[in-house]
Amino acid sequence: MATEAHAAEGATGYIIHHLTPLGVGHGFWALHLDTLFFSAVLGGLFIWFFKRAADKATSGIPGMAQNFVEMLIEFVDNQVKDSFHGKSKLIAPLALTIFCWVFLWNFMDLFPVDILPLVGSLMGLEYLRVVPSTDLNATFAMSISVFCLIIFYSIKVKGPWGFAKELLFQPFGPWLLPFNLLLKLVEEIAKPISLALRLFGNLYAGELIFILIALLPCYIQPVLSFPWAIFHILIITLQAFIFMVLTIVYLSMAHEDH
Amino acid sequence: MSINATLIGQMITFALLVWFTMKYIWPPLFDSLEERKKKIADGLAAAEKGQKEISLAEKKAKGVLKEAKEQSAEIVNLAQKRANEIIEESKDIAKKEGDRLIVSAKAQIEQEVQQTKESLRHEVAALALSAAEQILNAEIDQARHQDIISKVSNQL
Repeated sequence: MATEAHAAEGATGYIIHHLTPLGVGHGFWALHLDTLFFSAVLGGLFIWFFKRAADKATSGIPGMAQNFVEMLIEFVDNQVKDSFHGKSKLIAPLALTIFCWVFLWNFMDLFPVDILPLVGSLMGLEYLRVVPSTDLNATFAMSISVFCLIIFYSIKVKGPWGFAKELLFQPFGPWLLPFNLLLKLVEEIAKPISLALRLFGNLYAGELIFILIALLPCYIQPVLSFPWAIFHILIITLQAFIFMVLTIVYLSMAHEDH
Repeated sequence: MSINATLIGQMITFALLVWFTMKYIWPPLFDSLEERKKKIADGLAAAEKGQKEISLAEKKAKGVLKEAKEQSAEIVNLAQKRANEIIEESKDIAKKEGDRLIVSAKAQIEQEVQQTKESLRHEVAALALSAAEQILNAEIDQARHQDIISKVSNQL
């Protein structure tokens, strides 16, 4: 793909250039350094901000940062309480991490499309894709982790036999066993795929539109990119929220015994 | 657009982030929230209690005030009564004193009248005597009264 981008000129080249990750290695063992770097930095930012608030947390009058962090905690906690009725020490922190991390990923989308790649090119980086959620690896990494947790909790709560029974005998009873299995497998596998692709698709399309706007003459750009950026604020928050809520819902389904 | 080892790297990062959040971020923040909730609830309860106590104290104060008012009214009544009594008493005393004064004045007047009468009687007697002397001086006849005088002188 990189070679194609080199070859293409003009608008197509510009678009492909912006959507090509900074990779090293070949085949499966290639690494997208930009995705890894930006998601780690954003994760570090999240951890740093929240850890600082947690260290200074008091039950008295909270400061600005603590107030903000507590608002998020309360928000996530309400979401968890709404759909998850068991007791779990993992789910709420997991949901908080997902929400904040995905939000920060998506937030990178609001930086002007050329700034960070320009800085990168000054540092000698040929390609730089700054929004981790436009990388399928990032979204799938998260959704597959969630999927593993779903399987883990399903087996833990229902027992291996209970989970197998659910896969084999529902929803149509033991006589349609192969059909049940097929249906259930599709249902389960659809969860991580839909989680990952939804986030990826929304952000990839959003980024693409920013890039397309950046191709227009400079006097039209603000007229289009400003409303799109405003609209995007809604989208990035919404996508982070959807990822979080669906994770909570899937995990609470895993905890429920039928 | 290919899936590659980045996926594994991202999963590791994700796992670390979740672990860190679960271990060091969620519990203290959540605890402080819970603690604040409790504090607020306690504060509200205390405020309610305080309000109840205030209303109780107000009731009590009202009772005390009422009692004090009653007491003061009683005291005023007593004082008025006492004042009346004193007035009556002093009236009595004044009347008695007046009576006494009248009596003594009357006695004095009587005395003075007696004295005047006495002095008048003396004066009248003196006048009568002088008048009698004059009459006697005019009427006297040495010869005719010689024997009387001599009789008297004899009797001496």
